[in-house]
Amino acid sequence: MIENKKFQSTYNFAFLDERTKREIRRKILKAIALPGYQVPYSSPEMPIARGWGTGGLHVSLAIIGRKDVFKVIDQGSDASVNACSLRQFIERMTGCRTTVDTAEATLIQTRHRIPEEILTAQQILVFQVPQPEILRGVERLETRTRAMHAEADYSKLWVSLYEAYVRYGSLMRGAGYPVRVNGRYMMSPSPIPRWDVPNLSDARCLYLFGAGREKRIYAIPPHTVVEPLEFEDVRFRVEDWGATACAYSNARDAFLDEIYEDDSSRKFVVNDSNFLDKLRTGPRPPQRLFRNPQ
Amino acid sequence: MGYVAVKGGQEAIANAAELVEYYRLRAATPPIEIEQIRTQMRLLVDKIMGEGSLYAPDHAALALKQNEGDVFEAAFTMRAYRATLKREFYSEVLITRDMLIRRRISAAFRDIPGGQILGPTRDYTHRLFQPELTMESVSSIEEFLQRIDAHIDPAKLTAIPKFGKVIDVLRAEGLLLERAEGDRRVVDVTREAIKFPAPRSASLQMMARAETGGLMCLGYSTMRGFAAGGHGTVGELRVGDVAVQVKDPRGRVRYLGRITVTECEMVNSSKGSGKKGSLPLLSVGYGLCFGQNETKAICMGMLDNSLREPNEANPANSQEFTLYHTEGVESYGFTNHLKLPHYVTFQSGLDNLREAMQRTLASYAGLTVESPAK
Repeated sequence: MIENKKFQSTYNFAFLDERTKREIRRKILKAIALPGYQVPYSSPEMPIARGWGTGGLHVSLAIIGRKDVFKVIDQGSDASVNACSLRQFIERMTGCRTTVDTAEATLIQTRHRIPEEILTAQQILVFQVPQPEILRGVERLETRTRAMHAEADYSKLWVSLYEAYVRYGSLMRGAGYPVRVNGRYMMSPSPIPRWDVPNLSDARCLYLFGAGREKRIYAIPPHTVVEPLEFEDVRFRVEDWGATACAYSNARDAFLDEIYEDDSSRKFVVNDSNFLDKLRTGPRPPQRLFRNPQ
Repeated sequence: MGYVAVKGGQEAIANAAELVEYYRLRAATPPIEIEQIRTQMRLLVDKIMGEGSLYAPDHAALALKQNEGDVFEAAFTMRAYRATLKREFYSEVLITRDMLIRRRISAAFRDIPGGQILGPTRDYTHRLFQPELTMESVSSIEEFLQRIDAHIDPAKLTAIPKFGKVIDVLRAEGLLLERAEGDRRVVDVTREAIKFPAPRSASLQMMARAETGGLMCLGYSTMRGFAAGGHGTVGELRVGDVAVQVKDPRGRVRYLGRITVTECEMVNSSKGSGKKGSLPLLSVGYGLCFGQNETKAICMGMLDNSLREPNEANPANSQEFTLYHTEGVESYGFTNHLKLPHYVTFQSGLDNLREAMQRTLASYAGLTVESPAK
């Protein structure tokens, strides 16, 4: 017969054991020392499935302390089911305080968005990354992409951008726009929309990226130059909603979600849920905005 | 914040968990006991232990029970638990030559030293339904067990023999290709990310943890012309128990217990060294996995062979393709992440598409078209 106590061991603070945390922290330090370079790490299995934020969780759990206040967003929202699930897990495993207020959080884990509100030097933003290799679209083999990064050979990536331009009249890169970090490594910013890409450069906060399934960590330290790829005559552009304003706050200059009602009519709503709350209660939080070139 | 249908949050998660539990129990049938799953679903438990990378039959049975028999979920639950366990020791090398053999066959020779032992297998059972099992009872089970016991004559029991390996015969004759392994490091892919080209130890470890169906897909592809080498031969397939030992801090080797494993040596013809006049010697591919999972051990043996002849044109000759894509817990997780909302990324792509449509239409007709988004 099975002994019940067999299934009742307890977990360490922040779930990971201390040896694993130490290993991940070392890899994070290496990533910060080499901005944009993908550092392989152990990436142990988590109780959350691969592709659902395990890399972000590894980074968050390795660096979280008892005094941290954390926030989890998924596609800009604190309330989407996966954000709730991850927040609940971190809360259970650390007992740390959680918040939805972007300004109050010391540690924010995100999937596919950077909050609209400017992040400060006291904050760390942890990205969940599904596919860390920006070159994967042009080269399927890991052995070759690592060599291409080592030799700073990014010609295939440039050619793919040029080909998109020739075919469709624009660079046709949606989310996950390729960027060059610190003038050296090409990097996938995780699939954040182009709207968020300019905020990667010269930021006050630390950006950490965790790709669990692919077992890679990378980083953008504060005040690092991050440039989206563009040509002299074909410039990087963010998403453009024209004169459309948010149906709830009447605000412009924020990433908008396109929502269809039961009668198939359409409206646009500010995507960042906490930012929307603050717009409605006022005052409007500080933002860094990028203007498309004319 | 409740303005998008997909945002149900905390309450929805709790309700969904309760609802799926209701689906498990709503027929109000008697509960399946862990011990019943462990013993009567033996082969499934073996598979879960292998893919879950944790030799713990009770835990595997519990994982199956709580996941309503979903094999991927059960293996995932095992892995997630395994990752929290401290790594105090690495075991000494398992000596499969000392295996307590239950089953042992070779397809390469009619008779082998020690003899062929068919053992417990359904290989030669006709796949016909057994309706009597719908009426199985405790007394019918007891009757069966008594009948088996009656066959055994205690006077005829002998000491457990050990058997030599079939490949020893081939090796003694000089027929085996003795490969100079380039990279003999023993790495642990659960402690450091795999890098390519991976040493053979990493490759074998990945395959021992891989999903059986994924391995079979690629193993099968090698026999259908999608890899060099073709149709291998089972040199030897063994199922049985081996001792696990560790070295304690004072350097003494300690016996921990026994585990059941399946071991396979697949024999393939090789291309030789490629030099003129070199012999097409036989190469041996190795497979080993937890429990009795012969399909997995055989496919692992085939792929161990094919992976040592790199050729990116064939999935089964490419380490990256084979090892990344047969990793069940990772491919299962990532496939299912497609159910997560992707509206931000989708919006970003839609913006490009709408602009491109506008440009194209305008260029054809000399018209300006109002973008629907504006």
